[in-house]
Amino acid sequence: MVGMKAGVMFSWNLFRDLQQVFSYGFMRNAFLAGTIVAILAGVVGYMVVLRRSSFAAHALSHIGFAGAAGAVVAGVSAVLGLLAFTLLAAAVMGSLGQKLRSRDTVIGIVLAWALGLGVLFLSLYKGYATEAYALLFGEILGISRLDVLVTFIAALVALAGIVVMYRPLLFSSIDEEVAEARGVPVRFISVAFMLTLALAVSAAVQVVGVLLIFSLIVTPAAIAERLSNRPSSAIYISVLLALAFTWIGLFISFYLPYPVSFFITTLAFGTYLVVRLGERRGRGR
Amino acid sequence: MNDSQQPVISARNLSASFADKVVWAGASFDIFPGELIAVLGPNGAGKSTLLRMLLGLQAPGAGNLEVLGGPPRRGNPAIGYVPQSRPWDAETSISGIDVVGFGVDGSRWGIGLRSRQKERIVAEAIAAVGAAAYAERSVGRLSGGERQRLLLAQALVGNPRLLLLDEPLASLDLRNQTEVAEQVSGLAKDRRLAVLLVTHDLNPLFAVVDRLLYIAGHGMAVGTPAEVITSETLSRLYETTVEVLEDTQGRRFIVGMEDVMAHPHGGHESGRHV
Repeated sequence: MVGMKAGVMFSWNLFRDLQQVFSYGFMRNAFLAGTIVAILAGVVGYMVVLRRSSFAAHALSHIGFAGAAGAVVAGVSAVLGLLAFTLLAAAVMGSLGQKLRSRDTVIGIVLAWALGLGVLFLSLYKGYATEAYALLFGEILGISRLDVLVTFIAALVALAGIVVMYRPLLFSSIDEEVAEARGVPVRFISVAFMLTLALAVSAAVQVVGVLLIFSLIVTPAAIAERLSNRPSSAIYISVLLALAFTWIGLFISFYLPYPVSFFITTLAFGTYLVVRLGERRGRGR
Repeated sequence: MNDSQQPVISARNLSASFADKVVWAGASFDIFPGELIAVLGPNGAGKSTLLRMLLGLQAPGAGNLEVLGGPPRRGNPAIGYVPQSRPWDAETSISGIDVVGFGVDGSRWGIGLRSRQKERIVAEAIAAVGAAAYAERSVGRLSGGERQRLLLAQALVGNPRLLLLDEPLASLDLRNQTEVAEQVSGLAKDRRLAVLLVTHDLNPLFAVVDRLLYIAGHGMAVGTPAEVITSETLSRLYETTVEVLEDTQGRRFIVGMEDVMAHPHGGHESGRHV
Protein backbone atom coordinates (compact mmCIF):
# COMPACT_ATOMS: atom_id res chain seq x y z
CA MET A 1 0.00 0.00 0.00
CA VAL A 2 3.06 2.21 0.21
CA GLY A 3 4.28 4.18 -2.73
CA MET A 4 3.33 6.38 -5.63
CA LYS A 5 0.02 5.65 -7.24
CA ALA A 6 0.00 5.16 -10.97
CA GLY A 7 -0.81 8.36 -12.83
CA VAL A 8 -0.88 10.49 -9.67
CA MET A 9 1.29 13.59 -9.49
CA PHE A 10 1.56 16.46 -7.05
CA SER A 11 0.31 19.56 -8.87
CA TRP A 12 0.78 22.59 -6.54
CA ASN A 13 -2.96 23.04 -6.81
CA LEU A 14 -3.73 21.92 -3.26
CA PHE A 15 -7.47 21.79 -3.82
CA ARG A 16 -7.10 19.45 -6.77
CA ASP A 17 -4.47 17.42 -4.92
CA LEU A 18 -6.74 16.89 -1.95
CA GLN A 19 -9.61 15.96 -4.24
CA GLN A 20 -7.37 13.34 -5.77
CA VAL A 21 -6.14 12.06 -2.39
CA PHE A 22 -9.68 11.66 -1.09
CA SER A 23 -10.89 9.91 -4.21
CA TYR A 24 -9.26 6.75 -2.89
CA GLY A 25 -11.17 4.72 -0.29
CA PHE A 26 -8.03 3.64 1.55
CA MET A 27 -6.89 7.28 1.85
CA ARG A 28 -10.27 8.30 3.26
CA ASN A 29 -10.02 5.50 5.83
CA ALA A 30 -6.45 6.49 6.67
CA PHE A 31 -7.34 10.17 7.20
CA LEU A 32 -10.36 9.19 9.29
CA ALA A 33 -8.41 6.84 11.55
CA GLY A 34 -5.44 9.21 11.66
CA THR A 35 -7.64 12.11 12.76
CA ILE A 36 -9.29 10.09 15.52
CA VAL A 37 -5.95 8.79 16.77
CA ALA A 38 -4.26 12.21 16.64
CA ILE A 39 -6.96 13.86 18.75
CA LEU A 40 -6.84 11.05 21.31
CA ALA A 41 -3.05 10.88 21.38
CA GLY A 42 -2.76 14.65 21.77
CA VAL A 43 -5.07 14.74 24.79
CA VAL A 44 -3.87 11.58 26.55
CA GLY A 45 -0.25 12.38 25.66
CA TYR A 46 -0.39 15.66 27.59
CA MET A 47 -1.34 13.76 30.74
CA VAL A 48 1.40 11.18 30.03
CA VAL A 49 4.03 13.92 29.85
CA LEU A 50 2.65 15.72 32.91
CA ARG A 51 2.65 12.48 34.95
CA ARG A 52 6.08 11.47 33.64
CA SER A 53 4.54 8.21 32.40
CA SER A 54 6.36 7.97 29.08
CA PHE A 55 7.81 4.61 30.02
CA ALA A 56 4.33 3.26 30.69
CA ALA A 57 3.22 4.35 27.21
CA HIS A 58 6.28 2.74 25.68
CA ALA A 59 5.75 -0.50 27.60
CA LEU A 60 2.03 -0.67 26.82
CA SER A 61 2.69 -0.42 23.10
CA HIS A 62 5.18 -3.31 23.22
CA ILE A 63 2.80 -5.36 25.35
CA GLY A 64 0.14 -4.60 22.77
CA PHE A 65 2.45 -6.02 20.13
CA ALA A 66 2.42 -9.38 21.95
CA GLY A 67 -1.38 -9.22 22.13
CA ALA A 68 -1.73 -8.39 18.45
CA ALA A 69 0.64 -11.20 17.47
CA GLY A 70 -1.38 -13.59 19.64
CA ALA A 71 -4.61 -12.46 18.01
CA VAL A 72 -3.17 -13.04 14.55
CA VAL A 73 -2.13 -16.59 15.59
CA ALA A 74 -5.63 -17.19 16.98
CA GLY A 75 -7.11 -15.95 13.72
CA VAL A 76 -8.92 -12.87 15.10
CA SER A 77 -8.42 -9.17 14.39
CA ALA A 78 -5.10 -7.78 15.64
CA VAL A 79 -6.89 -4.75 17.14
CA LEU A 80 -8.76 -7.01 19.56
CA GLY A 81 -5.50 -8.58 20.74
CA LEU A 82 -4.00 -5.12 21.14
CA LEU A 83 -6.91 -3.93 23.26
CA ALA A 84 -7.09 -7.06 25.41
CA PHE A 85 -3.36 -7.13 26.25
CA THR A 86 -2.87 -3.40 26.83
CA LEU A 87 -5.97 -3.12 29.03
CA LEU A 88 -4.96 -6.11 31.13
CA ALA A 89 -1.38 -4.88 31.51
CA ALA A 90 -2.59 -1.36 32.34
CA ALA A 91 -4.78 -2.71 35.13
CA VAL A 92 -1.82 -4.63 36.59
CA MET A 93 0.59 -1.69 36.29
CA GLY A 94 -1.86 0.83 37.68
CA SER A 95 -2.76 -1.20 40.73
CA LEU A 96 0.70 -2.52 41.62
CA GLY A 97 2.95 0.49 41.26
CA GLN A 98 1.97 3.67 43.06
CA LYS A 99 5.26 5.44 43.67
CA LEU A 100 7.11 6.42 40.48
CA ARG A 101 10.22 4.40 41.25
CA SER A 102 8.50 1.10 42.08
CA ARG A 103 6.09 1.77 39.21
CA ASP A 104 8.87 1.73 36.62
CA THR A 105 10.18 -1.56 38.01
CA VAL A 106 6.73 -3.17 37.86
CA ILE A 107 6.21 -1.88 34.31
CA GLY A 108 9.58 -3.28 33.22
CA ILE A 109 8.79 -6.68 34.70
CA VAL A 110 5.38 -6.91 33.01
CA LEU A 111 6.91 -5.64 29.74
CA ALA A 112 9.66 -8.27 29.65
CA TRP A 113 7.21 -11.10 30.20
CA ALA A 114 4.82 -9.81 27.54
CA LEU A 115 7.62 -9.53 24.98
CA GLY A 116 8.54 -13.13 25.73
CA LEU A 117 4.95 -14.07 24.90
CA GLY A 118 5.21 -12.02 21.70
CA VAL A 119 8.24 -14.04 20.59
CA LEU A 120 6.32 -17.26 21.21
CA PHE A 121 3.33 -16.06 19.15
CA LEU A 122 5.55 -14.98 16.29
CA SER A 123 7.22 -18.40 16.19
CA LEU A 124 3.80 -20.05 16.11
CA TYR A 125 2.60 -17.94 13.20
CA LYS A 126 4.01 -19.08 9.87
CA GLY A 127 3.51 -16.14 7.53
CA TYR A 128 4.40 -13.56 10.18
CA ALA A 129 6.81 -11.25 8.38
CA THR A 130 4.39 -8.69 6.89
CA GLU A 131 1.98 -8.80 9.84
CA ALA A 132 4.80 -8.21 12.30
CA TYR A 133 6.20 -5.43 10.15
CA ALA A 134 2.82 -3.70 10.08
CA LEU A 135 2.49 -3.92 13.85
CA LEU A 136 5.97 -2.67 14.54
CA PHE A 137 5.98 0.27 12.12
CA GLY A 138 2.30 0.97 11.44
CA GLU A 139 0.18 0.31 8.37
CA ILE A 140 -2.41 3.03 8.32
CA LEU A 141 -2.87 2.91 4.54
CA GLY A 142 -4.11 -0.66 4.92
CA ILE A 143 -6.57 0.08 7.72
CA SER A 144 -10.03 -1.44 7.20
CA ARG A 145 -13.48 0.08 7.75
CA LEU A 146 -13.92 -2.24 10.75
CA ASP A 147 -10.60 -1.12 12.29
CA VAL A 148 -11.69 2.51 11.88
CA LEU A 149 -14.90 1.71 13.73
CA VAL A 150 -13.08 -0.08 16.58
CA THR A 151 -10.61 2.81 16.84
CA PHE A 152 -13.45 5.33 16.91
CA ILE A 153 -15.22 3.52 19.77
CA ALA A 154 -11.98 3.09 21.75
CA ALA A 155 -11.23 6.80 21.29
CA LEU A 156 -14.71 7.84 22.41
CA VAL A 157 -14.43 5.77 25.59
CA ALA A 158 -10.93 7.05 26.35
CA LEU A 159 -11.84 10.72 25.75
CA ALA A 160 -14.95 10.36 27.90
CA GLY A 161 -12.72 8.96 30.65
CA ILE A 162 -10.37 11.95 30.44
CA VAL A 163 -13.28 14.41 30.46
CA VAL A 164 -14.82 12.83 33.56
CA MET A 165 -11.62 12.71 35.60
CA TYR A 166 -9.97 15.83 34.12
CA ARG A 167 -9.60 17.97 37.26
CA PRO A 168 -8.67 15.27 39.81
CA LEU A 169 -6.32 13.72 37.21
CA LEU A 170 -4.48 17.03 36.73
CA PHE A 171 -4.40 17.65 40.48
CA SER A 172 -3.03 14.22 41.37
CA SER A 173 -0.54 14.34 38.48
CA ILE A 174 0.98 17.54 39.85
CA ASP A 175 0.61 16.98 43.59
CA GLU A 176 -0.52 13.50 44.59
CA GLU A 177 -0.09 14.04 48.31
CA VAL A 178 -2.26 17.13 48.60
CA ALA A 179 -4.78 15.67 46.15
CA GLU A 180 -5.13 12.62 48.38
CA ALA A 181 -5.56 14.76 51.49
CA ARG A 182 -8.23 16.74 49.62
CA GLY A 183 -10.20 13.56 48.99
CA VAL A 184 -9.12 12.66 45.44
CA PRO A 185 -9.16 8.85 45.06
CA VAL A 186 -5.58 8.85 43.72
CA ARG A 187 -5.29 5.08 43.42
CA PHE A 188 -8.49 4.79 41.41
CA ILE A 189 -7.41 7.71 39.21
CA SER A 190 -4.05 6.04 38.62
CA VAL A 191 -5.65 2.78 37.42
CA ALA A 192 -8.33 4.57 35.40
CA PHE A 193 -5.71 6.69 33.65
CA MET A 194 -3.62 3.65 32.77
CA LEU A 195 -6.70 2.03 31.20
CA THR A 196 -7.32 5.20 29.19
CA LEU A 197 -3.69 5.18 28.10
CA ALA A 198 -4.08 1.54 27.03
CA LEU A 199 -6.94 2.55 24.72
CA ALA A 200 -4.94 5.44 23.27
CA VAL A 201 -1.90 3.24 22.71
CA SER A 202 -3.97 0.55 20.99
CA ALA A 203 -5.40 3.15 18.67
CA ALA A 204 -2.07 4.83 17.93
CA VAL A 205 -0.26 1.55 17.21
CA GLN A 206 -2.40 1.17 14.11
CA VAL A 207 -1.16 4.46 12.71
CA VAL A 208 2.52 4.60 13.62
CA GLY A 209 3.16 1.09 14.95
CA VAL A 210 4.60 -0.16 18.20
CA LEU A 211 8.10 1.22 17.82
CA LEU A 212 7.11 4.75 16.80
CA ILE A 213 4.32 5.38 19.28
CA PHE A 214 6.22 8.22 20.98
CA SER A 215 5.92 10.39 17.88
CA LEU A 216 2.15 10.72 18.41
CA ILE A 217 1.67 10.23 22.16
CA VAL A 218 4.76 11.88 23.65
CA THR A 219 6.34 14.31 21.16
CA PRO A 220 3.33 16.62 20.43
CA ALA A 221 2.57 16.84 24.17
CA ALA A 222 6.21 17.45 25.06
CA ILE A 223 6.32 20.33 22.56
CA ALA A 224 3.02 21.71 23.86
CA GLU A 225 4.28 21.55 27.45
CA ARG A 226 7.25 23.69 26.45
CA LEU A 227 5.02 26.25 24.73
CA SER A 228 2.39 26.72 27.46
CA ASN A 229 2.15 26.17 31.20
CA ARG A 230 -1.65 26.37 31.20
CA PRO A 231 -3.17 22.88 30.78
CA SER A 232 -6.14 23.98 28.66
CA SER A 233 -3.98 25.71 26.02
CA ALA A 234 -1.28 23.04 26.15
CA ILE A 235 -3.84 20.33 25.35
CA TYR A 236 -5.09 22.33 22.32
CA ILE A 237 -1.54 22.77 21.06
CA SER A 238 -0.78 19.09 21.61
CA VAL A 239 -3.87 18.01 19.63
CA LEU A 240 -3.19 20.48 16.81
CA LEU A 241 0.40 19.27 16.48
CA ALA A 242 -0.60 15.59 16.45
CA LEU A 243 -3.21 16.37 13.79
CA ALA A 244 -0.74 18.35 11.70
CA PHE A 245 1.94 15.64 11.83
CA THR A 246 -0.58 12.94 10.87
CA TRP A 247 -2.33 14.87 8.08
CA ILE A 248 0.83 16.24 6.51
CA GLY A 249 2.54 12.85 6.84
CA LEU A 250 -0.37 11.09 5.11
CA PHE A 251 -0.52 13.72 2.40
CA ILE A 252 3.19 13.50 1.59
CA SER A 253 3.16 9.70 1.62
CA PHE A 254 0.50 9.75 -1.08
CA TYR A 255 3.04 11.22 -3.49
CA LEU A 256 6.31 9.75 -2.28
CA PRO A 257 7.15 6.03 -2.18
CA TYR A 258 8.15 5.93 1.49
CA PRO A 259 6.28 4.83 4.65
CA VAL A 260 3.81 7.22 6.33
CA SER A 261 5.40 6.50 9.72
CA PHE A 262 8.68 7.97 8.53
CA PHE A 263 7.07 11.28 7.59
CA ILE A 264 5.07 11.51 10.82
CA THR A 265 8.05 10.77 13.07
CA THR A 266 10.30 13.16 11.12
CA LEU A 267 7.77 15.99 11.29
CA ALA A 268 7.40 15.40 15.05
CA PHE A 269 11.11 15.28 15.71
CA GLY A 270 11.84 18.27 13.47
CA THR A 271 9.22 20.41 15.23
CA TYR A 272 10.56 19.40 18.64
CA LEU A 273 14.07 20.36 17.54
CA VAL A 274 12.96 23.75 16.21
CA VAL A 275 11.12 24.54 19.46
CA ARG A 276 14.11 23.57 21.60
CA LEU A 277 16.50 25.61 19.46
CA GLY A 278 14.11 28.56 19.51
CA GLU A 279 14.01 28.38 23.31
CA ARG A 280 17.77 28.40 23.55
CA ARG A 281 18.00 31.42 21.29
CA GLY A 282 15.23 33.17 23.27
CA ARG A 283 17.09 32.56 26.52
CA GLY A 284 20.42 33.66 25.07
CA ARG A 285 19.09 37.12 24.34
CA MET B 1 -20.47 33.45 68.84
CA ASN B 2 -18.56 31.37 71.35
CA ASP B 3 -16.33 30.12 68.57
CA SER B 4 -13.26 30.71 70.68
CA GLN B 5 -14.55 28.31 73.30
CA GLN B 6 -14.89 25.47 70.79
CA PRO B 7 -11.53 23.77 70.22
CA VAL B 8 -10.54 23.16 66.58
CA ILE B 9 -8.61 20.08 67.62
CA SER B 10 -9.26 18.05 70.72
CA ALA B 11 -7.05 15.09 71.63
CA ARG B 12 -7.50 12.85 74.66
CA ASN B 13 -4.93 10.22 75.53
CA LEU B 14 -4.08 9.99 71.86
CA SER B 15 -1.37 7.69 70.59
CA ALA B 16 0.17 7.11 67.17
CA SER B 17 1.50 3.80 65.98
CA PHE B 18 3.18 2.75 62.79
CA ALA B 19 3.38 -0.94 61.81
CA ASP B 20 2.40 -2.06 65.34
CA LYS B 21 5.08 0.13 66.91
CA VAL B 22 4.03 2.99 69.15
CA VAL B 23 5.47 6.26 67.83
CA TRP B 24 4.12 8.40 70.65
CA ALA B 25 1.37 7.98 73.26
CA GLY B 26 -0.61 9.71 75.98
CA ALA B 27 -1.12 13.04 74.24
CA SER B 28 -3.96 15.26 75.45
CA PHE B 29 -4.42 18.81 74.20
CA ASP B 30 -6.91 21.33 72.82
CA ILE B 31 -6.16 23.80 70.05
CA PHE B 32 -8.31 26.89 69.57
CA PRO B 33 -9.11 29.23 66.66
CA GLY B 34 -6.47 31.87 65.99
CA GLU B 35 -3.69 29.89 67.64
CA LEU B 36 -0.35 29.40 65.92
CA ILE B 37 1.15 26.15 67.20
CA ALA B 38 4.66 25.02 66.35
CA VAL B 39 5.10 21.25 66.25
CA LEU B 40 8.67 20.45 67.21
CA GLY B 41 10.73 17.34 67.72
CA PRO B 42 13.54 15.29 66.23
CA ASN B 43 13.29 13.43 62.91
CA GLY B 44 11.18 10.31 63.16
CA ALA B 45 9.44 11.47 66.36
CA GLY B 46 6.05 11.35 64.62
CA LYS B 47 5.33 14.98 63.69
CA SER B 48 4.08 14.21 60.18
CA THR B 49 2.17 11.25 61.64
CA LEU B 50 0.16 13.71 63.71
CA LEU B 51 -0.73 15.70 60.59
CA ARG B 52 -1.72 12.53 58.72
CA MET B 53 -4.05 11.59 61.56
CA LEU B 54 -5.68 15.03 61.52
CA LEU B 55 -6.18 14.67 57.74
CA GLY B 56 -7.85 11.29 58.17
CA LEU B 57 -5.11 9.54 56.22
CA GLN B 58 -4.07 7.46 59.22
CA ALA B 59 -6.16 6.13 62.11
CA PRO B 60 -5.16 6.91 65.72
CA GLY B 61 -3.39 4.04 67.49
CA ALA B 62 -5.51 4.61 70.59
CA GLY B 63 -7.34 7.40 72.37
CA ASN B 64 -9.74 10.00 71.03
CA LEU B 65 -9.20 12.68 68.40
CA GLU B 66 -11.73 15.27 67.26
CA VAL B 67 -11.19 17.75 64.44
CA LEU B 68 -13.69 20.60 64.05
CA GLY B 69 -16.18 18.78 66.24
CA GLY B 70 -16.04 15.36 64.56
CA PRO B 71 -13.74 12.46 63.86
CA PRO B 72 -11.00 13.20 61.28
CA ARG B 73 -12.08 12.52 57.70
CA ARG B 74 -10.27 12.59 54.40
CA GLY B 75 -11.05 15.49 52.08
CA ASN B 76 -12.42 17.79 54.77
CA PRO B 77 -12.63 21.16 52.99
CA ALA B 78 -12.22 23.02 56.29
CA ILE B 79 -8.60 21.83 56.52
CA GLY B 80 -5.83 23.38 54.43
CA TYR B 81 -2.70 21.28 54.05
CA VAL B 82 0.79 22.00 52.74
CA PRO B 83 2.99 18.90 52.85
CA GLN B 84 6.73 18.85 53.25
CA SER B 85 8.61 18.44 49.99
CA ARG B 86 7.23 19.12 46.52
CA PRO B 87 8.64 16.79 43.89
CA TRP B 88 8.61 19.42 41.14
CA ASP B 89 11.65 19.48 38.91
CA ALA B 90 12.63 22.43 36.71
CA GLU B 91 10.67 20.94 33.78
CA THR B 92 7.34 20.90 35.61
CA SER B 93 5.33 23.08 33.27
CA ILE B 94 2.27 24.25 35.12
CA SER B 95 1.57 27.78 36.27
CA GLY B 96 1.18 28.89 39.86
CA ILE B 97 -2.35 30.02 38.98
CA ASP B 98 -3.30 26.44 38.06
CA VAL B 99 -1.69 25.05 41.22
CA VAL B 100 -3.65 27.50 43.39
CA GLY B 101 -6.76 26.66 41.33
CA PHE B 102 -6.52 23.02 42.40
CA GLY B 103 -7.43 24.27 45.87
CA VAL B 104 -10.75 25.60 44.52
CA ASP B 105 -12.06 22.66 42.48
CA GLY B 106 -9.18 20.22 41.87
CA SER B 107 -10.96 17.33 43.53
CA ARG B 108 -14.24 17.76 41.62
CA TRP B 109 -15.04 15.54 38.64
CA GLY B 110 -15.33 16.81 35.10
CA ILE B 111 -13.58 19.54 33.14
CA GLY B 112 -15.20 22.48 34.92
CA LEU B 113 -16.10 25.47 32.86
CA ARG B 114 -14.08 28.63 33.13
CA SER B 115 -15.66 30.81 35.75
CA ARG B 116 -15.10 34.41 36.78
CA GLN B 117 -15.73 33.39 40.37
CA LYS B 118 -12.91 30.86 40.40
CA GLU B 119 -10.52 33.34 38.79
CA ARG B 120 -11.42 35.93 41.41
CA ILE B 121 -10.96 33.50 44.34
CA VAL B 122 -7.58 32.39 42.99
CA ALA B 123 -6.41 35.96 42.37
CA GLU B 124 -7.44 36.99 45.89
CA ALA B 125 -5.59 34.08 47.50
CA ILE B 126 -2.48 34.84 45.43
CA ALA B 127 -2.66 38.50 46.44
CA ALA B 128 -3.14 37.56 50.10
CA VAL B 129 0.23 35.80 50.16
CA GLY B 130 1.95 38.39 47.96
CA ALA B 131 2.65 36.01 45.08
CA ALA B 132 1.05 37.98 42.23
CA ALA B 133 4.40 38.87 40.62
CA TYR B 134 5.28 35.28 39.75
CA ALA B 135 1.97 33.36 39.82
CA GLU B 136 1.91 33.06 36.02
CA ARG B 137 5.29 31.37 35.85
CA SER B 138 5.82 27.59 35.91
CA VAL B 139 6.16 26.27 39.45
CA GLY B 140 9.19 24.24 38.39
CA ARG B 141 11.10 27.48 37.85
CA LEU B 142 10.22 29.11 41.16
CA SER B 143 12.33 29.30 44.31
CA GLY B 144 11.46 27.42 47.49
CA GLY B 145 10.01 30.53 49.11
CA GLU B 146 7.87 31.36 46.07
CA ARG B 147 6.49 27.81 45.87
CA GLN B 148 5.77 27.89 49.59
CA ARG B 149 3.66 31.05 49.21
CA LEU B 150 1.69 29.62 46.27
CA LEU B 151 1.03 26.40 48.18
CA LEU B 152 -0.12 28.48 51.11
CA ALA B 153 -2.48 30.31 48.75
CA GLN B 154 -3.75 26.93 47.49
CA ALA B 155 -4.43 25.82 51.06
CA LEU B 156 -6.26 29.09 51.81
CA VAL B 157 -8.71 29.27 48.89
CA GLY B 158 -11.25 27.00 50.55
CA ASN B 159 -11.39 29.35 53.58
CA PRO B 160 -10.21 26.60 55.96
CA ARG B 161 -10.49 26.82 59.74
CA LEU B 162 -7.44 24.66 60.32
CA LEU B 163 -4.13 24.96 58.49
CA LEU B 164 -1.54 22.17 58.61
CA LEU B 165 1.93 23.14 57.41
CA ASP B 166 4.67 20.49 57.28
CA GLU B 167 8.15 22.07 57.43
CA PRO B 168 7.19 25.24 55.50
CA LEU B 169 10.47 26.89 56.52
CA ALA B 170 12.80 24.12 55.42
CA SER B 171 15.18 25.07 52.59
CA LEU B 172 14.30 28.77 52.90
CA ASP B 173 16.88 31.43 53.66
CA LEU B 174 16.60 33.42 56.88
CA ARG B 175 14.82 36.40 55.34
CA ASN B 176 12.20 34.16 53.68
CA GLN B 177 11.78 32.13 56.87
CA THR B 178 10.91 35.26 58.83
CA GLU B 179 8.59 36.52 56.10
CA VAL B 180 6.66 33.25 55.81
CA ALA B 181 6.45 33.01 59.61
CA GLU B 182 5.00 36.53 59.88
CA GLN B 183 2.60 35.87 57.02
CA VAL B 184 1.27 32.69 58.65
CA SER B 185 0.94 34.48 61.98
CA GLY B 186 -1.02 37.30 60.35
CA LEU B 187 -3.37 34.80 58.67
CA ALA B 188 -3.97 32.99 61.96
CA LYS B 189 -4.95 36.22 63.70
CA ASP B 190 -6.91 37.86 60.85
CA ARG B 191 -8.93 34.80 59.89
CA ARG B 192 -9.22 33.16 63.32
CA LEU B 193 -7.39 30.23 61.79
CA ALA B 194 -5.82 27.49 63.90
CA VAL B 195 -2.38 26.71 62.47
CA LEU B 196 -0.21 23.68 63.17
CA LEU B 197 3.26 24.33 61.79
CA VAL B 198 5.81 21.52 61.84
CA THR B 199 9.37 22.79 62.12
CA HIS B 200 12.77 21.68 63.31
CA ASP B 201 13.88 25.22 63.99
CA LEU B 202 11.94 27.38 66.41
CA ASN B 203 14.14 30.47 66.17
CA PRO B 204 12.43 32.14 63.16
CA LEU B 205 9.04 31.51 64.84
CA PHE B 206 9.89 32.63 68.34
CA ALA B 207 8.21 36.03 67.96
CA VAL B 208 4.92 34.74 66.51
CA VAL B 209 4.20 31.32 67.97
CA ASP B 210 1.52 30.95 70.66
CA ARG B 211 2.19 27.47 71.95
CA LEU B 212 4.37 24.48 71.21
CA LEU B 213 3.59 20.85 70.68
CA TYR B 214 6.82 19.12 71.48
CA ILE B 215 7.07 15.48 70.36
CA ALA B 216 10.04 13.49 71.62
CA GLY B 217 10.82 10.32 73.47
CA HIS B 218 7.46 8.68 72.55
CA GLY B 219 5.62 11.48 74.33
CA MET B 220 4.40 15.01 73.86
CA ALA B 221 4.86 18.25 75.80
CA VAL B 222 2.42 21.12 75.29
CA GLY B 223 2.78 24.72 76.43
CA THR B 224 3.97 28.24 75.68
CA PRO B 225 7.59 28.67 74.56
CA ALA B 226 8.41 30.08 77.99
CA GLU B 227 7.06 26.90 79.55
CA VAL B 228 8.56 24.37 77.16
CA ILE B 229 11.74 26.07 75.98
CA THR B 230 13.66 25.82 79.22
CA SER B 231 16.96 24.12 79.74
CA GLU B 232 15.31 21.71 82.18
CA THR B 233 12.42 20.58 79.93
CA LEU B 234 14.44 20.28 76.76
CA SER B 235 17.37 18.58 78.43
CA ARG B 236 14.96 16.07 79.93
CA LEU B 237 13.18 15.41 76.60
CA TYR B 238 16.40 15.03 74.68
CA GLU B 239 18.39 13.33 77.45
CA THR B 240 21.28 15.65 76.74
CA THR B 241 22.36 19.11 77.84
CA VAL B 242 20.48 21.81 75.97
CA GLU B 243 21.03 25.48 76.79
CA VAL B 244 18.51 28.23 76.34
CA LEU B 245 19.85 31.78 76.10
CA GLU B 246 17.69 34.86 76.50
CA ASP B 247 18.55 38.16 74.85
CA THR B 248 17.72 41.63 76.14
CA GLN B 249 14.33 41.64 74.35
CA GLY B 250 13.25 38.42 75.99
CA ARG B 251 13.74 36.27 72.88
CA ARG B 252 14.99 32.81 73.58
CA PHE B 253 17.63 31.02 71.56
CA ILE B 254 18.29 27.33 71.70
CA VAL B 255 21.90 26.24 71.71
CA GLY B 256 23.22 22.73 71.31
CA MET B 257 20.12 21.37 69.55
CA GLU B 258 21.48 21.09 66.02
CA ASP B 259 23.06 17.68 66.57
CA VAL B 260 20.14 16.20 68.43
CA MET B 261 17.61 17.48 65.93
CA ALA B 262 19.33 15.71 63.07
CA HIS B 263 19.09 12.29 64.66
CA PRO B 264 16.08 10.20 65.68
CA HIS B 265 15.63 10.22 69.39
CA GLY B 266 15.85 6.86 71.11
CA GLY B 267 14.73 7.80 74.62
CA HIS B 268 11.70 6.36 76.40
CA GLU B 269 10.67 9.26 78.57
CA SER B 270 6.92 9.71 78.74
CA GLY B 271 5.30 12.97 77.66
CA ARG B 272 5.41 15.93 79.96
CA HIS B 273 2.48 18.28 79.93
CA VAL B 274 3.45 21.74 80.92
